[in-house]
Amino acid sequence: MFEFTMFLIVIFTVFIFTQSLSAIVNISAKKQFFAIGLSLICLTTLAQPQPITLQISYVKFDQQQASNVLNIFKIPEDSGYMGAELAINDSNTTGKFLKQHFTLSNFSTAKSDDFLRYLDAKYLQGQQIFILDAPLTELVKVDKWAKNKSLLLFNVSESSDELRSTQCLAKVFHTSVSNAMKSDALAQWLLHRRMNKVLLVQGNKAEDIQLAHSFIRSAKRFGIKIIDKKQWDFNTDLRRSTQQEIPLFTQTVQDYDAVYVADKSKEFAEFIPFNTYLPRPVIGSAGLEALAWHGAIEQWGATQLQNRFTDLASRAMNETDFSAYLAVRSIAQSVHKLHSKDSEKLKEYISSDKFELAAYKGRKLSFRSWNRQLRMPLSLVHPHALVSQSPQPGMLHPVTELDTLGFDAQESHCK
Amino acid sequence: MKNLTLASLFFFAAALHINTSYATEFAYVTNEKDDNISVIDLSQNKVIKTIPVGERPRGIIFNKQHSLAYICASESDRIQILDLNTEQIVGELPSGEDPETIALHPNGKIIYTSNEDDALLTVIDIETATVIAQIDVGVEPEGLAVSPDGKIVVVTSETTNMVHWIHTENNTNFANTLVGARPRSAKFTDDGKFLWVSSEIGGAVVVLDVNTQEIVKEFTFAIRGIHRDRVQPVGVELSSDGRFAFVALGPANHVAVIDRKTMEVDKYLLVGRRVWQLAFNDDQSQLLTTNGISGDVSVIDVKAMKVTKSIKVGRYPWGVVIRNVP
Repeated sequence: MFEFTMFLIVIFTVFIFTQSLSAIVNISAKKQFFAIGLSLICLTTLAQPQPITLQISYVKFDQQQASNVLNIFKIPEDSGYMGAELAINDSNTTGKFLKQHFTLSNFSTAKSDDFLRYLDAKYLQGQQIFILDAPLTELVKVDKWAKNKSLLLFNVSESSDELRSTQCLAKVFHTSVSNAMKSDALAQWLLHRRMNKVLLVQGNKAEDIQLAHSFIRSAKRFGIKIIDKKQWDFNTDLRRSTQQEIPLFTQTVQDYDAVYVADKSKEFAEFIPFNTYLPRPVIGSAGLEALAWHGAIEQWGATQLQNRFTDLASRAMNETDFSAYLAVRSIAQSVHKLHSKDSEKLKEYISSDKFELAAYKGRKLSFRSWNRQLRMPLSLVHPHALVSQSPQPGMLHPVTELDTLGFDAQESHCK
Repeated sequence: MKNLTLASLFFFAAALHINTSYATEFAYVTNEKDDNISVIDLSQNKVIKTIPVGERPRGIIFNKQHSLAYICASESDRIQILDLNTEQIVGELPSGEDPETIALHPNGKIIYTSNEDDALLTVIDIETATVIAQIDVGVEPEGLAVSPDGKIVVVTSETTNMVHWIHTENNTNFANTLVGARPRSAKFTDDGKFLWVSSEIGGAVVVLDVNTQEIVKEFTFAIRGIHRDRVQPVGVELSSDGRFAFVALGPANHVAVIDRKTMEVDKYLLVGRRVWQLAFNDDQSQLLTTNGISGDVSVIDVKAMKVTKSIKVGRYPWGVVIRNVP
């Protein structure tokens, strides 16, 4: 419609122009028609969509993995990037019908300075869209750097609650799920199953304590009682002595219905199930986990995504891959829709109510306007099967029950 | 003479009567997770037998004579041919990987199938059982429809969010229309002028003008007590009298009835859980729905616009087709 109106306006101006010109220099009617014809040809080429080529960078800050983690829990080096690559392939299949092409470049470093330097250099070359696989400290620096620049940034790996509640980033969209969303998903399940008394076990690293804090918040939110809190001190090698150590460690005065374990890198969490003093389910970092993605998910067309990913990466898709997939898909779907690569326009569209992302989750996803967190249902899985999905049935919310997971507008300082 | 005519008339009527009382209709339902087909006798409204087929059967159609069924056995990467009289698998068609849906050209000689994992539309010649062409389409092609005049085939792609328009004459893609997220089913009107397309995640059904390939009408749905995100249109059926359109609304567990004269949503009929595909019986007095999660089929009485029966079938019923059985 817009194009057509533009078309009429231009025709009209050309006509007026040639009219007034003919009044002055007396051009023949034939030439007038010629001028109109010429403008028509120009317009038809204008109406054809211009091809778009869009470059996206996947920028990773390498983090050391804990050394005593079992090999089976080590995260593949290409985590995240492969998800982005698959999304690029999917988007290019659509793009070929729309004259749009997406490319992906990859950069990783363990040095903070190099990280920012790379972004800056790329930005000066005209690139505006970056997928960030980096911890909180780096994201905060990037956000500061991004101030007053036209940029579209996505966080695909950092789960910290601060970024969604107090330390708000002005420029960054989060397709990775926050700790709060995950612990809310688990707390809802506990409530649904009427397991109201929980023993909390945590590791001694900052990231474990963060997870524990997140769970304490969720427990309060959904009326779950934490009957005791214990910290594992890592003074034995559990691989040889779980059966002696863990029952003693999980013995409490009060009875509990479930054990929540906070151990992000899985250094001891996986030894807790089947060894608790009381025979109770284990949730959190082992046993039943709340995840954005897992190899056992097959509903809502997920099988097709899993198959495409396995063909590409020769391994199962993990959460970071999925977050990166969603980030690139969010960008590409907006480009398809707007046929523009202007990062400000894309940002506006992604933040708007019109944005809807199909993400193999059985419903459309969108970003929360206050903290730019992608809202989504979470899967509750054990290593080989899907157990449940949160929000649990019966969780009500005035806008969308998806906002019962994580920081809702009034709980977050972000706006 | 008069008596004779009367007698013959009487005889004829009696014969006709016998004929109608013995004739019935069978519905064939593919059970995605049970790798079989449930056969429902519509005169008794119950499953009378189960036929084992390949892995993950989904799309199902009949040949022109209604003597054979072609079944997409997705995980087995093939289209199986089921002889409906002997109820045996009598052959296969090459399909490419992971065929999901299937459509027959009105000439009865060509079959189209969408290869969900490979982003392809495969064109198969039935007689020689060979693949004539494979056409690049969007990611996860799903809904398929051939125009009544046989000139156009359309395919929707779930992750590309497009309707791809293809000339059947030379198997080339000549237009693409962007629609709402996750388009599923496509249906041409009987006059071939319009195409109806459902978008599962977009939550809408659009009507496209076949000449311009542009959207001319959009329907959205609102059901009391059901969040709009759970209203996910999948299967679409258009009654041949031109009066109604039926839209299966997935996890909203309802079928929407659209009045095509006023182009308004008339009512919503409660059916089983995660309603998926739809099929009319021969005289269109009944409409069957496959309900994935509850594992049953709902029977809608079209005249009364009421759900009259639900019939338990296998796990994850997906496709359904109905034929007359003499």
